[in-house]
Amino acid sequence: MTVSDIVKSFGLKIRAGKNRLDEEVRGGYTGDLLSDVIAHSRKGNIWVTIQTHPNIVAVATMKELAGIILTGGREPDSETLRKAEEEGMPILVSSLLAFELTGKLYQMGISGMG
Amino acid sequence: MSGAENNIHLHEMFHIAGGNFTNAGSISSQVKKILKEAGFSSRVIRRTSIATFEAEMNVICYASRGNLSLFITPDFLKIVVEDEGIGIPDVDLAMQEGYSTASERIHELGFGAGMGLSNIKNNTDGMILTSKFGQGTHLEFLISLEGEDKSVPLLNAGG
Repeated sequence: MTVSDIVKSFGLKIRAGKNRLDEEVRGGYTGDLLSDVIAHSRKGNIWVTIQTHPNIVAVATMKELAGIILTGGREPDSETLRKAEEEGMPILVSSLLAFELTGKLYQMGISGMG
Repeated sequence: MSGAENNIHLHEMFHIAGGNFTNAGSISSQVKKILKEAGFSSRVIRRTSIATFEAEMNVICYASRGNLSLFITPDFLKIVVEDEGIGIPDVDLAMQEGYSTASERIHELGFGAGMGLSNIKNNTDGMILTSKFGQGTHLEFLISLEGEDKSVPLLNAGG
């Protein structure tokens, strides 16, 4: 499954990294504490969070994540978008809250174990 | 050790302003860029970036100012972070996952999970943390280059 498949399934809005949507998604992680995400996310994970500041791009890039989904309709800061474009990191926006979206991703077959 | 210290191919120092969340992460991205341009492996870059990011965030969250130094030698990368600030009253306690003294504001930004120091430990090959409560903290860590491709130009320049 690719990032693009997830975008289509849930009607996510693409805010950055539209050229990197063919990336294969291997598992997912949901969390808003950056160090926790650094410790537990794995390469290729899709990351579900409510954080919108530029450091989410730093974390996702360091951990080689497949993309970031902001929940609850939260929009990324402009500096976050700039960094995401620079790093080629997809940033997507969902109107669903984190629990709902994570549940739906899990139902799609994306597990937490990556 | 003195032999290794004499063999430093690069030493860069960065200033970190405590409480400046606007530029948070900028030092670790600069370090990452240096390592990338030098041609280090993605494993070395990832481990160093994670540890440096956490160290930088600790200064921003808890100190008034600090300096982060990057040393590149043929055998290891070394990062030294010294700050002036509140320090850590109990280093052993601070090393425990989940222990945090972060304020509400810090939590809202997604920091203060109490995992930063253990993330540093888990991504480095040696770490020393000392602190004087009320004065500041001294952190050093090493990333070994054992088994790495030593053809990185930086390591051979003038060596």
